[in-house]
Amino acid sequence: MSHADDHEGTRRDFLYYATAGAGVVATGAAVWPLVNQMNPSADVQALSSILVPVDGVEPGTQITVKWLGKPVFIRRRTAPEIEAAEKVDVSTLPDPLARNANIEAGSPGTDDNRVLTPPEGSDAVPGEWLVMMGVCTHLGCVPLGDGAGDFGGWFCPCHGSHYDTAGRIRKGPAPENLPVPPAEFVDASTIKLG
Amino acid sequence: MFKALGLATVTALALSAGGAFAAGGGGHVEDVDFSFEGPFGKFDQNQLQRGLKVYTMVCSSCHGLQYVPIRSLSDEGGPHLPEDQVRAYAERYEVFDAELDDFRPAKPVDHFPGSTLDNAPDLSLMAKKRAGFHGPLGSGINQMFKGMGGPEYIYSLLTGYHEAPECAPEDFPGSYNAVFAAGGFPDSCKNEDGSHMVPGSWIAMAQPLYGEDVDFDDGHDNDLHHVAEDVSAFLMWTAEPKMMARKTAGLTGVIFLTVLSVLLYLTNKRIWGPIKGKNKKTS
Amino acid sequence: MAGIPHDHYEPKTGAEKWLHSRLPIVGLLYDTIMIPTPKNLNWMWIWGIILTFCLVLQIVTGIILAMHYTPHVDLAFASVEHIMRNVNGGHFLRYLHMNGASLFFVAVYMHIFRGLYYGSYKAPREITWIIGMLIYLAMMGTAFMGYVLPWGQMSFWGATVITGLFGAIPFIGEPIQTWLLGGPAVDNATLNRFFSLHYLLPFVIAALVAVHIWAFHSTGNNNPTGVEVRRTSKADAEKDTVPFWPYFVIKDLFALAVILAIFFAIVGFMPNYLGHPDNYIEANPLSTPAHIVPEWYFLPFYAILRAFTGDVWVVMFASWITGGIVDAKFFGVLAMFGAIAVMALAPWLDTSSVRSGRYRPMFKWWFALLVLDFIVLMWAGAMPAEPPFSTISLIGSTYWFAYFLVILPLLGVIEKPLPQPETIEDDFKAHYGKAETPAE
Repeated sequence: MSHADDHEGTRRDFLYYATAGAGVVATGAAVWPLVNQMNPSADVQALSSILVPVDGVEPGTQITVKWLGKPVFIRRRTAPEIEAAEKVDVSTLPDPLARNANIEAGSPGTDDNRVLTPPEGSDAVPGEWLVMMGVCTHLGCVPLGDGAGDFGGWFCPCHGSHYDTAGRIRKGPAPENLPVPPAEFVDASTIKLG
Repeated sequence: MFKALGLATVTALALSAGGAFAAGGGGHVEDVDFSFEGPFGKFDQNQLQRGLKVYTMVCSSCHGLQYVPIRSLSDEGGPHLPEDQVRAYAERYEVFDAELDDFRPAKPVDHFPGSTLDNAPDLSLMAKKRAGFHGPLGSGINQMFKGMGGPEYIYSLLTGYHEAPECAPEDFPGSYNAVFAAGGFPDSCKNEDGSHMVPGSWIAMAQPLYGEDVDFDDGHDNDLHHVAEDVSAFLMWTAEPKMMARKTAGLTGVIFLTVLSVLLYLTNKRIWGPIKGKNKKTS
Repeated sequence: MAGIPHDHYEPKTGAEKWLHSRLPIVGLLYDTIMIPTPKNLNWMWIWGIILTFCLVLQIVTGIILAMHYTPHVDLAFASVEHIMRNVNGGHFLRYLHMNGASLFFVAVYMHIFRGLYYGSYKAPREITWIIGMLIYLAMMGTAFMGYVLPWGQMSFWGATVITGLFGAIPFIGEPIQTWLLGGPAVDNATLNRFFSLHYLLPFVIAALVAVHIWAFHSTGNNNPTGVEVRRTSKADAEKDTVPFWPYFVIKDLFALAVILAIFFAIVGFMPNYLGHPDNYIEANPLSTPAHIVPEWYFLPFYAILRAFTGDVWVVMFASWITGGIVDAKFFGVLAMFGAIAVMALAPWLDTSSVRSGRYRPMFKWWFALLVLDFIVLMWAGAMPAEPPFSTISLIGSTYWFAYFLVILPLLGVIEKPLPQPETIEDDFKAHYGKAETPAE
């Protein structure tokens, strides 16, 4: 390498830095697609949100739908069920949190914080729609529903966890309430999951 | 010597690429000026929506689009239909659900159904599996300038139905099409040396479009040429839905690499300067 | 022939010495990257780097495509469409891989013809040349099997035709063909093994590339004059060479950037130009496309394969002398592989004492004709096998063999070479004048 004049030196350095910088940017830009291709593809992403028609669900019944490969319980509760759930003192629960993905994390597990709000102007009874993952928080079995267990809600046959009519853990080894997935009514008779 | 070699190789590439298509017996494929052509061309959203309508009302009674997910109708850069319209559209079709072990109305996540007729080819990739332009002389030069010509081929085929030439027997099966090459051809229309008197051949598909086959919501012209053009553009989209993304990525790459080339050229010149000396002799 | 004398890596700190005495990897890298390189290399010496880049590009994009591809006859075609439509950026990665194969072959042909013109194959670089030919063969195998994977019509019928070549071998041909295919015809077993081998071979190529580089780093690079670097002393060697880094690294990277800009334009704006539309039709064992044509990079050898038909006298003679064992089909296969074999034998067929074509006045013209011949064969390979193309193929094939088997041996005897420069330094100065400041 030769010693060029000083003012040439800075110009030369700048050129080298610019070239090296451009090379680094080019390499970085090339690497991102190689990483991103492993993220869920469009067909998988399309399944991350599904629409569930619920116009056939009568009070006191529930349906189970598959979402992201797991069961989701959608129950239309009766008035006594709602009442039973509302009466519970949250501070006495094994898991006092709502576990609802649609509201602020850490909210208390009141019945209000567990249920899905019906759309405005619909004739649904407030608090009658309960949507939650059908996966026991203990070891992942699917709990039995339709009033099963000591609290009239759900009962996991694997290790005997009892959930109440709002899907909250009351008795047994499960540590948390059944989680409520992201859900909303898109119209009076359709729930969108995800 | 090697400059010539490089040039020759490029020429050879150009020549050989198109050689395969030299021997087709089809008629003239018209070069349509589609909006998606050229490095900056884009799909015309309205045209794709019109094409979808033509496909739905006419083509889909026999043909399918088995590789195309219905949800992609709402993709940006494609027909870009609102999602509720896509959901409503999907319900036109019945699909078999292995979980239900029964048919149910399609959802956006499902694909379009396949062809209902055995001899009706699937149209998903039709615009890529046909080349409209060939030659000259077994070279691919036409394709370099006009594109592969898939949608043009579809357009020309759809508008290529004509009165059967007089040389043909009345009861010859199929419809005469001046662009379709692979169909039946009556011996009575061949010259003594076996060459064909008329271009094209007899295609099994009856003329599907006559003009005014559908009414467009946007009030666009619906004569035969426009309808054929719209459905050809739509089929180009089904074959290459990511064309816009591809061109953008390509252009970004070209621009960036050009900048990098300039920088590297200057760097190269600078570091070699002291080795080569400043006063290069003209040799 | 000893290596070119140059500075070696000297570990200085304690940590460097610790590592160096256990694993001299830094020294190996240093010697590789700082290797003294003839300073008069011209722009035809860029293709090695381009080829290395292509290998990396193909391996990286290939591994990614394999994450989304399904090697099963019922799913392969659909899984490619899945890549084109659903996978994030999958359409671009696939087009890069598809056109990357073409870039790879453009570069390898440039590289081979550069070697043929400047006599890079001649002693002492025969091993480099032979390894290079093995790389080329492995590339052809890899490209052929890769083309089968999308399971289009050309994939299927190309596989059928090319494996049929092995069926032409007398007596053992049919069992070999069945063994290759894993059945009586191209089917799921074939697709699966081609996928497996297509994944394996690039790593074999990478290993061969390492040996290729090792070989020519032992002999030193050839250069446009064909005159060897002076090895009498380090000082002498430094007059003829510069270290690979940064001089040739930057130069090669510049060339790579220019070529990649063109490559991206092709991938972005005309990705299917070099492909065949029929391969977007799913494979159908019951219907053959009207014209089966291999990818462009196989065309010259495909033309040679088809050139030798039963009515050519050499074929008739070969058939008569072997009692019919060598028929036209087998002769064509022999000719195709022979065309590559004679090229591999060039180091021993070329009798000239002068290495570089630059100082060989007659050779230049025969070489130019060979390049032209290659291009004509490429064109003829794409045309239907009928007159006049079959005649053109035959003439082209004949010249190909004549160049290696007759012209190269004879030229060395009858040609009077031009005077060569004494040293690389002389050649370099003749072009650029003297450096204005002495090198540091």
